[in-house]
Amino acid sequence: MSSQLIKDNSIVDDDWRQIMPPEAEIEVKKQAGKVVIFKLTGEDSLTSEQIEKTTMPKEGKLLLPVKVFLHHQDNLKGRISNQEIGIWIETHEEIESFINQIEDINNLPCIAVSTKKFADGRIFSIGNLLRMKYKYKNELRAIGDVLRDQLFFLKRSGFNSFLIRKDKDAKDALLGLNDFTTPYQGAVDQTKPAWKIINRN
Amino acid sequence: MYKYDSLDQTLVNERVTQYEGQLARFLNKELSEEEFRPLRLQNGLYIQRHAPMLRVAIPYGLLSSAQLTKLADIADKYDRGYGHFSTRQNIQFNWPKLEDTPKILRELATVEMHAIQTSGNCIRNITTDQFAGVTPDEIIDPRYLAEIIRQWSTFHPEFALLPRKFKIAVTGSSKDRAIVQAHDIGLEVFTDKNNEMAIKVWVGGGLGRTPILGSVIRENLSWKHMLTYCEAILRVYNLYGRRDNMYKARIKILVKALGIEKFKQLVDKEWATIKNGPNTIDSKEINRIKAFFSEPNYKTDKKDDLKKHTTNKSFTQWLLRCTHSHKKEGYRSVTLSLKSNEQAPGDATSDQMRAVASLADQYSFGEIRVSHEQNLILSDVSEDNLFELWEKAKVKKLTTPNIGLLTDIICCPGGDFCSLANAKSIPIAKSIQDIFDDMDYLHDIGDINLNISGCMNACGHHHVGHIGILGVDKDGSEWYQLTLGGNQGNFASIGKVIGPSFSEEEMPKVIKKIINTYVKNRHPDEVFIDCVSRIGLEPFKEEVYGKKEKSV
Repeated sequence: MSSQLIKDNSIVDDDWRQIMPPEAEIEVKKQAGKVVIFKLTGEDSLTSEQIEKTTMPKEGKLLLPVKVFLHHQDNLKGRISNQEIGIWIETHEEIESFINQIEDINNLPCIAVSTKKFADGRIFSIGNLLRMKYKYKNELRAIGDVLRDQLFFLKRSGFNSFLIRKDKDAKDALLGLNDFTTPYQGAVDQTKPAWKIINRN
Repeated sequence: MYKYDSLDQTLVNERVTQYEGQLARFLNKELSEEEFRPLRLQNGLYIQRHAPMLRVAIPYGLLSSAQLTKLADIADKYDRGYGHFSTRQNIQFNWPKLEDTPKILRELATVEMHAIQTSGNCIRNITTDQFAGVTPDEIIDPRYLAEIIRQWSTFHPEFALLPRKFKIAVTGSSKDRAIVQAHDIGLEVFTDKNNEMAIKVWVGGGLGRTPILGSVIRENLSWKHMLTYCEAILRVYNLYGRRDNMYKARIKILVKALGIEKFKQLVDKEWATIKNGPNTIDSKEINRIKAFFSEPNYKTDKKDDLKKHTTNKSFTQWLLRCTHSHKKEGYRSVTLSLKSNEQAPGDATSDQMRAVASLADQYSFGEIRVSHEQNLILSDVSEDNLFELWEKAKVKKLTTPNIGLLTDIICCPGGDFCSLANAKSIPIAKSIQDIFDDMDYLHDIGDINLNISGCMNACGHHHVGHIGILGVDKDGSEWYQLTLGGNQGNFASIGKVIGPSFSEEEMPKVIKKIINTYVKNRHPDEVFIDCVSRIGLEPFKEEVYGKKEKSV
């Protein structure tokens, strides 16, 4: 099967492996009669047991759950300097809950943000904050429920790689990056608004 | 008014192409219903009871005659010959075919129109005062600020999928006609003591099932920071607004849960990192947009021939109710009532739309406004043209002299069309309009707002009606709950429920009793809302339910 990864406007092979924690027993939450899909921002993600029990392959480039990364950070120094370790977070995790515990996020060659549902727009603010406020310069990847029709917004929010959901055609999704030629407002990819770039008189 | 340059036009054309592709992928099952849903909604397309409904954006309620004519053509070609003007100054078509929607959007694009972000969990159409630019009590024309916000909010990547819908309103007058306190963000523009344009920012207002008036988050924001400050508010909301329960997802719930002080702290912290950033506005950009809203060529030489018609009672009645004072001497703004009892409130036929477009060309510099009260306005009519205009508009049934009166009912489409509704609203409006058809009596009752919503989503703004009617569902049948004392404007308030709800048949009689109570108790020259505030709900309850006795 061909790769599902779009990076810098083309489909490329994925050399990162996303490490998953063991499943925890979670109670099904309901609100207004519906099963809750979205966790609230700041809600706890992994239990300490899950963090302890996450198995980490000895070799290869790994995307670790951020909590797992923090837990093993000191033992991973060698692999970090070999550019083998990245992190992934979920959209309900607050950047401030981990950012100060990482020496320099630009030592990480890849940060992935996972969205359970494409409709969870928190991913856009997270991308913006990582790029603009925390000055992250390396690969910023969207993973999870990543679909063609959100790619333009993801790109503008600072993401430069996109792991398209398995059942979708990545070649088709690639087209979504260029839905619009010149958007109005400044964002991450083009920080200036249109009226500061072109003469609109 | 604002005119597209190639950048605006390209964006709108690209949007049509994008949507066309999305619809095609949906129809050939590459996109699931769930995946297509937010895409179609952000293009104004609802799946309704009978057919899809398409909501077309009318930015801050401003239309050119060419645009209105195009809307009439679309109503004829793709719908059933009419459209519905909504409380958010947009227009809705109730009967288009799904597969026609790209063609409709393609046609709209030819007159600089679209359906972008008229629904869905994103920043919606920016609304403002229907008398912007012409009202004598105006401090600053809010239209150019609204246009700046429109451009910034269109396809804003960070706020494309918010927890819930997000509405921004702007006002620049001492009398607030844009109900800024009932919006997610309300911007009240004024001139501060240093003679600089400044903005008082309200946040967390909204109607819907939990009506809350906004809180002031900033008393004096410099216009330069208007967009970055809104970005900070929206970022906090995007990250912390509740996505676990759609009924608690609006920003008002977040502001209430945190308290305005804590919310403001979070906003200020975000703002610190983007204040003075690239989206900061400068005077060059302000002036560029402002130039689109410069004054038309008002004529100065005119004879006053209004006096010769003062014996015509219908005309003078209309003059009194449907025309409004203008900043320019010799000019009036005219409201064409879409509230005759022959059609649903806010509805206009294609014939009426073409007639209004032609009246605008003849008498009002080719521009039309839509008010949130769901009427059409010709903003700049010379007094010596008023009689002629009235005669022409009368033929098209656009001169019911009821603006601001009981039968100028604000009303959502309700259960006849909308799949969210619990109850019908249009027949209730009509039954009330039918029993109050004596114009003299209506004028005697005086200024009063009656608003009807078919469900708690409150599209008919029932909370801020002096009299509010809300359709509710009780064991599968339709009932109506009555609120009194709601108000819009600077002294906005949320109406209080007077008691158990009523059946459809009871409603007109109940309204009659409410009005009788007012007429019995009022002081000379006291309008309805002031009387309600003074005497409270008790006398009304007694009249409606009887003393101590409660109806079902």
